[in-house]
Amino acid sequence: MLEFMEVSKFYKKQQVAVKNISMKIKKGEFVFLVGKSGAGKTTLIKLLLKEINPTSGKIYYDGNDITKLKNRRVPELRRRIGVVFQDFRLLPKMTVYENIAFAMEIVGSSAKNIRREVPTVLSMVGLSSKANNYPDELAGGEKQRVAIARSVINKPQIIIADEPTGNLDPETSHEIMKIFTEINKRGTTLIMATHDRAIVDQMKKRVIELKKGSIIRDSEGGYYNGL
Amino acid sequence: MGFKKAKYILKQAFQGIWRNRMMSVASIGSVAAVLVILGLILLIVLNISNITLITKEKFDEIYVFLEEDLEEEVISHIGKEIRSLDGVFSVAYETKEYALEKMKEEWGEDADLLEGIDNNPLPNSYIIRLKSVDNAEEVIVKVENYTGVEEVRYYKDVIEKLVSTSDFMRTAGSVIIIILLLISIFIISNTIKLTVASRKTEIELMQYVGASNGFVRGPFMIEGLVLGLIGSFIAILIVLNTYDQAAVYINDKFSVMLSVYIVKPTVIVKDIVIIFITIGVGIGSLGSLVSIKKFLSI
Repeated sequence: MLEFMEVSKFYKKQQVAVKNISMKIKKGEFVFLVGKSGAGKTTLIKLLLKEINPTSGKIYYDGNDITKLKNRRVPELRRRIGVVFQDFRLLPKMTVYENIAFAMEIVGSSAKNIRREVPTVLSMVGLSSKANNYPDELAGGEKQRVAIARSVINKPQIIIADEPTGNLDPETSHEIMKIFTEINKRGTTLIMATHDRAIVDQMKKRVIELKKGSIIRDSEGGYYNGL
Repeated sequence: MGFKKAKYILKQAFQGIWRNRMMSVASIGSVAAVLVILGLILLIVLNISNITLITKEKFDEIYVFLEEDLEEEVISHIGKEIRSLDGVFSVAYETKEYALEKMKEEWGEDADLLEGIDNNPLPNSYIIRLKSVDNAEEVIVKVENYTGVEEVRYYKDVIEKLVSTSDFMRTAGSVIIIILLLISIFIISNTIKLTVASRKTEIELMQYVGASNGFVRGPFMIEGLVLGLIGSFIAILIVLNTYDQAAVYINDKFSVMLSVYIVKPTVIVKDIVIIFITIGVGIGSLGSLVSIKKFLSI
């Protein structure tokens, strides 16, 4: 459902971000993007979200080349992709419930739908009791669970997570990965950029390793360091 | 767009105005200031044009004032002479009594002032209309030399001066107005920029979740629009009040003589309101559009 064809992105002064990337990701897959900072993981994510356009190459999503997508159609693309960030990006002035409802409101869901869906998702991430708390009152892992709930609330086909466990201790990270696994089991494609060796090694999923903007390894059931 | 969305956009817009109140006040002030200056220039240009128009109508004639106590024959002889000149279109004779009546009529309420005059100081006169302005010089030189002619008056210079002044004011006014408009668009766009910055996380999120561009832009557009609208209301109040008072002042100080030429305040109210609101809203929306384009990259 997702295919990169010889995608390259150069920033100014011929600085290479990614070079000649070709890869296919099937529906329902769980893929890790690994590599050092600056290897090109974030650039790939930005390309997929059409935050930036490639210098050359094509990116197909469900058969359509998104590099040719008009700007005003970008929101439609993004509604099919959920995003989770390392720094959670919750709105501090809204409660947990409101943060999640907000994502539904801005895509125009009805009040009735919102009242039905938000509690369901909250219980899936185990935060039903914190619905009325503000982000400041939550621990890091709880914040990330809110962010995950927000990313799935509009039922996207793909979830992209950029270093989702980067700010969390191992135990909490493990909890978060359980939730991602659960979401993936329900059919949602998951693409996760990470530095977290322990998690990658433990999950035994497909691993795509980037170095200096190129794919140097793409292995099923792989490990972080390629063993 | 649903009610909920509209409510969200409005709420965000007013929150933006309130959060950056200092800049909001500055924006409103700059819009108001620009519009006040624009209004004053507009009114000055309007009045000069009006004066030019009236003067043109009134003075596009050659006045031949005759000496006092001329014999009837002399007067009619002068008339015949003038009629026989090349380039003369029509000649009308105006007695001093008629001239006084006309003056009384023009002065309206202030005509009482003329009652005190015992002797009619106005002369008998011929009023010449020309076929073309080009003949003016020739006709004037000849008529001036007739015996019995006291003075020949032609206001060509005055008219030309008025026309060129009015043209100059229009051009200079337009340049000043354009510069001021650009400045206030810049100030508004900076205010909106602050709101955009203070809501950066929220906006990014909205974009990631797939909010439509209109939905993301909405609050900022409304914010700019409201700032422009408030600014234009203030400017309307200031300009109309000032003009009203200026008109009263001119009436009091210079009597009806001048106020005939002043465009009546009641005539301009509707136009000023329409022009100001349009420009105010325009500046506001343009200002926010500039900052949205620049900082939201959508």
